Parts: sequence; C-alpha cells; structure tokens
Amino acid sequence: MTLFIEQCLNGLQFGLLLFLLAAGLTLVFGIMDLVNLAHGSLYMIGAYFAATFAAWTGSFVLGAVLALVATLLVGMVVEVVAMRRLYGRDHIDHVLATFGLILFFDESVRLIWGPAGLSLPLPPWLSQPVQILPGVFYSGYRLAIIVVTLLVAGFLYVLVMRTRIGMLIRAGASNREMVGALGVNIKLLYTLVFGLGAALAGFAGLMQAPILTVQIGMGENIVILAFVITVIGGVGSIRGALVAAIFVGFIDTLGRAFFPDLLRMILSKEAAATAAPALSSMLIYLLMAIVLVVKPEGLFSAGQK
Amino acid sequence: MTAQLTPRNIAIFVLLAALVLLPLYTGLSGNRFMLTLFTRIVILALAAVSLNLMLGYGGMMSFGHAAYLGIGGYAVGILAHEGIASGFVQWPAALAASALFALVIGALSLRTRGVYFIMITFAFAQMAYYICAGIARYGGDDGLTIYKRSEFVAPVNLSNKVQFYYICLALLLAAIYLVWRLVNSRFGMVIQGARSNDVRMRAIGFPTYRYKLVCFVVAGTLCGLSGALLANHNDFVSPSIMYWTRSGDLIIMVVLGGMGTLFGPVFGAVALLVFEELLPTLIKLLGTPMFGEQAARASEYWQIVMGPLLLLVVLFARGGIDGLLRKLSKERA
Repeated sequence: MTLFIEQCLNGLQFGLLLFLLAAGLTLVFGIMDLVNLAHGSLYMIGAYFAATFAAWTGSFVLGAVLALVATLLVGMVVEVVAMRRLYGRDHIDHVLATFGLILFFDESVRLIWGPAGLSLPLPPWLSQPVQILPGVFYSGYRLAIIVVTLLVAGFLYVLVMRTRIGMLIRAGASNREMVGALGVNIKLLYTLVFGLGAALAGFAGLMQAPILTVQIGMGENIVILAFVITVIGGVGSIRGALVAAIFVGFIDTLGRAFFPDLLRMILSKEAAATAAPALSSMLIYLLMAIVLVVKPEGLFSAGQK
Repeated sequence: MTAQLTPRNIAIFVLLAALVLLPLYTGLSGNRFMLTLFTRIVILALAAVSLNLMLGYGGMMSFGHAAYLGIGGYAVGILAHEGIASGFVQWPAALAASALFALVIGALSLRTRGVYFIMITFAFAQMAYYICAGIARYGGDDGLTIYKRSEFVAPVNLSNKVQFYYICLALLLAAIYLVWRLVNSRFGMVIQGARSNDVRMRAIGFPTYRYKLVCFVVAGTLCGLSGALLANHNDFVSPSIMYWTRSGDLIIMVVLGGMGTLFGPVFGAVALLVFEELLPTLIKLLGTPMFGEQAARASEYWQIVMGPLLLLVVLFARGGIDGLLRKLSKERA
C-alpha cells in the first residue's frame, strides 16, 4: 500500500512535470501553429544551465532562477533567429527545421559541456524525506516539485485567463489575422509566447535535473511524451494539456511499476522481465492512438484548427 | 515525351550513370567502403522514394515511415533466425507484413489530418519500435544478427557485394518506374487532387479516403522491401532501424531532393548520406588553415554544421535539389 501511494505521487509529480513541457508546446502549437521538435532541447538546456549556475553560485535556488532567465533568453533568441521565419509554412518545414535545431543544440552542448553528463546536487533542506501520512515517507524534493508545478500551473491559468496578455494569447490562438488587424504587435507577442514556452521547458528541465543525470538527449524522449500529451489533450488547449499530462504521468509511472507483475501472471518470468519495460513504454502510444481514433481532434480541442 | 537536354535531365542522367558504373570504379580502385556506402544509399533511396509517394504526391506527412523499414527488416531477420533462409519466403513475407501493418495504421491514421496525422503515424511507429525492443526471443534491444543472407536460385547470390548492389539498384529503378506509372494514372491524379483540395475532390464524388489508403499501403510496402534489403545489407537488424530519428532522416531526404518529383528522393538520399560522410573531413580540410588544431577537434562535432544547414535548406531552398535544377532549366530556356 505504501508503495502504491508512493507510486501514485510519483505519477502525479511526473505528470505535472510533463505538463510544464506540454503547456509550452501547446501554446506555441496553438498560437503560432508551429510544430517545435526542439522543445526538448530547451528542457535540456534548462537543466545544463541549472547545473552550471548552481555550481557557480553555490546555491540551488539562485542557480535555478538564473537558469530560468537564461533559458527564456535562449528561447527568445531562437524565435527571432529561426522560428519567426517558419510561421505560415508547412508542418513538414517545421519538423525539418526544428530537427536541425536539435542536432545543433545537442552538439553545442557536447562542445561546451563535454560528452559526460552533469549532476545537480540537492541542498540538504530539500533532500529529507517528509512524512506525509502516519508511517508513510516521501521524498521532500518530489513533494516540492508537485507544489511548485501546481503554483506554476495556477500562475499560467491566471496569466492566460485573467490578464490582458493572456487575452491576446487566446485571441491569437483563434484568429491571428484579426488580432494583428486590431493593432496588436503580433511579432512581439509571438516572441514572448515562445520565450514563455522555452522558460516552462527549461523550468521542467531544471526541476528534473537533481532526479536524473543531466545529459545530452535527455530532452528528446521526454518531449515525445509532451507531444503525445498535447495531441491527446487537443492542440492549443492548456486545460487539455493538464488533464492529459496527469493521465500520462500516472499511466507511465504506474505502468512501469506494476505492469511487470501483471505480465508475470501470463508470461514466463524471463519473458515478462524483458517485455515489460518495452510494453509499458508502449501503453502511452496506445492511449494516444485510441484517443485519436475516437476523437481525431484530441479531448479538448481549442478552436477550429 | 521526348527528353530535352535541360540541366535537370542531364543531372538525372549523370546520377544514374554514376550509380550504374560505380561498381566498376570500386572494383578497379579496390575501394570496398565506397561500394558498401552506396549500397546503403541506394537502399535508403528506395525508402525515400516510397515516402515521397505518400508525402510528395499524396500530401500525407507520415512521421513514422521508418516503422516499415523495421518490419521488413524483422520479417527477414526473424525468418532467418527460425531457419527459413529462402528469399522466396522471406521477401514476400516482408512485403506482406509491411502491407498489413500499413493497412491497419493507414485506416486509423487517415481519420485524422494535419498535426494529428503526423503525431499518430509517429505514435504507431514508436509502438512498433517498443514491440521489437521487447521481444526477447529475437534479441530485444540488442537486435538480431542474420548469419545468412536471403537465398535465391543459383546465379543470384546476395553475399556477392556487386551483385547485391545491382539488385538494390534495379529494385530502386523499378520502384521509381512504379511511382511514375502510378502518379500519371487516374489513381495518381486523384491522389494529387486530394493533396491540393481534399474537400473539393470529395465533393465531385471521389472517395478520397480509399485512394489515400491505397497510396499509404503501397508506400508502406515499398518501404518494407527497402527494410528487407537493409537487413540483408547489414546482416543485422535491431530496433534502432526504426527509431524516430530515422523517420526524420527519410523526410530530410525527400525534402532535400525535392518533394513530389520522381528522382528528387534519390538526389536527396545521395546528397544527405554522402554529405554526412564527407562533412567531418570537409570541416577538417577547410578549417585547418584558419584555425589549426582546433578544426581537427571541431570535425567531431560536424552535426553542429549539419543542423543549421538543414534550417537554411528549409528556409531558402524550398523545392530542394530538384527545384534548383528546374530553376536552372527555366533560366536557360
């Protein structure tokens, strides 16, 4: 039972983390109609920045803040240099161009930080286990991630639904020509949105950094999950992204934790041990395929696109 | 149609002549590596041609085309592993398996469009990837070594490198011919019509879904053939044959060469793979006079050049190599 609670919390934590990534993707997707495969690179860069700045300043929090700002800047530069020219093009152009960006970022990181991974040590006040229920302890850091991501999700909600910028963002998602015609500086808005998405991705990266190793290619696998989430949730819908992210986080974590035992009931022990990790990674894609077959526009599709 | 001496036709002729004569050169110079490289190029060009049929002519942006490479490859690998070495069983099995997979995937995927179509084809390819990574009996993640290439009747021997190269080349040319006949048929007209305006095609009474599905299946089957060849070429098949970056590579080949053109994918495959081979050397050569030792180190990081180059191609050279050649032709005329 303890294990089950722990795994559920892990699922929630992973889901919320995925939400940070997916929210940025879905914003960029929904508003600029841009397929950005390189979103994972920004996640990776956030983690690398955090590890570097934390080592420089000697403070985890200071390093995280600096990394967040740096990723925001990188995102805005990428938008101005490359992405800006891709709006209105075919999706295939987006896929290709951002694929090129992935190669570029991966190699740049290898050039700057070297091929070996980095690690980001946790400050002692975060690495203590916390007692959440009588007799049930849970990693304090993971709990902190849950709290902070929930705060960020709340901030995002307020930003998008309750502020003027958010209104423009939503308006841009449903009809960008009209927003431009009404005198809004679309270019600046787009740069900001892209930067916001980048910062969210970088934030997810730096939060995840102490749990995993910071390494090249860490973004690619997770951004695929983020894509799956945006598609399941419906492109452009932040609410859909939140629901789908938590769903996917649970399925992935619980699948990995309990699927092998389930398989062992049908298959031989050996076959189950090798098949389980592969099959549990497959569950998510299966879920996405089912959702798309039943609802080709995702669960909460925004607008007509 | 009489062929004219446009730069485009000359380039196609030169490319084909070079591909046909290549074993002569490698035989004389003893450059074995070159033959291996070009066998790989020809095989992947076949995959790119098949992707081009659905992407370039049909407008279906599949981001999971490498799955068929894997299925074709695994069909050969698994049969070989089980002791069935005959190519007359292996290859039809590879084709049938990829056709069946394409039929199921296509029937489901074609219900969606746009980004959703990209993502659902991608999801199915990832599923295929994880399935193959999970089958312990056939090597799982580590892959499956093929100890014996597909066996055919007496004069045909795939272990003979030159012969294998010519078989691949012949199949590539046959595939291009098939695509040519297809796109110029009534079927091809419907497919291309659906690419530019699906709603209108349906309004004038064409059930485009069925046409697209057939196109999807033909493309998948051709790619499965390419996978069977690739497995034979490598004497090995592993899940990495269908990793998603491979699907990306195939798209790059098609776009780099020129979408929706007959020979574009071949140009794209040759250009991309030769370039990948040459770039490290190129950086070293060009960089050493300017930056000295640093350049030699930088050549390890050739992808740092490759990435932005891709971006530039997308931004400024739409239409790819074929587009450039055609532009040359028009200026001359």
